[in-house]
Amino acid sequence: MAIAPRRKLYEGSRIPFPIPTVLEVPDEIREQGDVLQVNFGPNHPSTHGVLRLIVDLNGEEVVGMSAVIGYLHTGFEKSMESKTWWKGITYPERIDYVGFQNNELVFVLAIEKLLALEVPEKATWMRMLLCELNRIQSHLVYLGTGALELGAISMFWYCFRERDMILDLSEMVAGTRMHTRYFQTGGLAEDIPSGFFPEARKFVEWMPQAIDDYEQLLSANEIWLERTKGIGLLSAEDAIALGQSGPILRASGVNWDLRKNEPYLAYDQVQFHVPVYDGGDVYDRYKVRVDEMRESTHIVEQCLDRLEEMEGEPWIVDDRKVVLPPRHELHTSMESLIHHFKIVTEGYRVPEGEVYVAIESPRGESGCYVVSDGGAKPWRVKFRAPSFVALEATATCMSNSYVADLIAIVGSLDSVMGDTDR
Amino acid sequence: MTYEGVPGLVRTKEEHGETTLVVDPARLVEACRHLRDEVGFNVLADIAASDFLGWPSGPEDVAGYIGTPRGRNITVPGSWGLERLPEPKPKRFSVSYHLLRVSNEPARVRVQVWLDPGEPVASVIDVWPTADWHEREAYDLMGIVFEGHPNLTRILMDDDWQGHPLRKDYPIGGEPVRFSGEE
Repeated sequence: MAIAPRRKLYEGSRIPFPIPTVLEVPDEIREQGDVLQVNFGPNHPSTHGVLRLIVDLNGEEVVGMSAVIGYLHTGFEKSMESKTWWKGITYPERIDYVGFQNNELVFVLAIEKLLALEVPEKATWMRMLLCELNRIQSHLVYLGTGALELGAISMFWYCFRERDMILDLSEMVAGTRMHTRYFQTGGLAEDIPSGFFPEARKFVEWMPQAIDDYEQLLSANEIWLERTKGIGLLSAEDAIALGQSGPILRASGVNWDLRKNEPYLAYDQVQFHVPVYDGGDVYDRYKVRVDEMRESTHIVEQCLDRLEEMEGEPWIVDDRKVVLPPRHELHTSMESLIHHFKIVTEGYRVPEGEVYVAIESPRGESGCYVVSDGGAKPWRVKFRAPSFVALEATATCMSNSYVADLIAIVGSLDSVMGDTDR
Repeated sequence: MTYEGVPGLVRTKEEHGETTLVVDPARLVEACRHLRDEVGFNVLADIAASDFLGWPSGPEDVAGYIGTPRGRNITVPGSWGLERLPEPKPKRFSVSYHLLRVSNEPARVRVQVWLDPGEPVASVIDVWPTADWHEREAYDLMGIVFEGHPNLTRILMDDDWQGHPLRKDYPIGGEPVRFSGEE
């Protein structure tokens, strides 16, 4: 059974009523007249961007809360409707700018599902490798900033040191450190550079030891434990009702990971373990993410083993109606030149239909709903943003907590405001 | 899996390995409750509203080939894969509820309702509390009105924003540019 919470965190449900995302001040407390309303954000360093919380305080205690989002709304979904499919690939990376590689993947997978394209094995494994590196990178940002906000400044430097190693690998593969646009419809934009494997191996050897260091710094740190254990409780039932996914759901005792339960890419061919904890608090969300970094490193290692054997294999599908022809052919083949011209100017056409593709991004279920009318541009693109859904749980996590816990709770939900507001 | 018992079911569509249940908007909540309690769809993953104003309906609307449900068949000489036109849509707006069953037998289904402009649909917030922000987003960006939602206000755009930006008749660049020297 996927849902097997071993511990009862609290009686019944804590989801506020009638509005599930707004914690209202109880009348008996409001009548006492000591409630102070504080505006937290949108420009507060611990809001991870521009989240605004309106908090009602009774002394140190949080008695009311509502979240205001939209400060980073940039209309990505609208803009994508006026871009051809292949130009649109650059947008999803910028939506969730920390988990960029995973967000890029979900859009590319949606296009490929409509086109019914078979992607070469090498591309599938490389995608998996980069997505796992990206997952580690994203969790490092969470851990570094989350700990920084609770006073563990050194964590930030350690985490960003390893994060930089991953971004160096990205740079090696795609030329840019973030927002690589390396996934192309049908495969990868370019072959894997020959120097990548030894560098990636070095990282895989280095990382487990670095994770041990993080745990030594935090897992026995009295201040960290005090600030995170038993804080921001969310039961499995409430997490399900609030549509939570990813590390938040797994920290509440639900064994649910799309990589295992609905395998995509080649996740059914690699060995990994899904960490599940049942405390439902900030501490367990931290534990889940740290364990996931270990598992991801392990997956990266397995991908490297496979990819090293695939030297010389194609990295993109040979479908001239969708994929650009090889550069050298343009000088000798009229047909290739025409294909190149048509794809660059007009774009390829994608069969009519609607699909919803979901993957396990570092933040949870990242989904992409796409409608095509058979033309060269998407009719409608809608992203199911895991950060947006995670913030819906703030009010529930915040019941019976103090204002200082608010920082820890918001940090543990690990939402990226670009993803929330799109 | 069989969805025959779903209340208000208008039609079932199987495409790209996904199941879409088109449901009568008047019986949406009933259908959702049935899917949650009887079929086990305990998670509402997403609500996606789409506007089909100007959806291509005749050959003159389409240049080049149109895809086919089986993928692209561009090998038929002279056809460019033109086997069919885009399927006509019953009404202007669609609202798709993507449901997920978190259990040992995972499953996904899309529940879809079709609406005319201004036609309200009942809120599913009582079935899945997570619908709160999803419905506010669909209201804000697409102008879908959810009856029974306790706090149906704008969420991503400013509170005093005019219009619903993701509608097809809302132009890109529709926001007036304001200069600092202007009063």
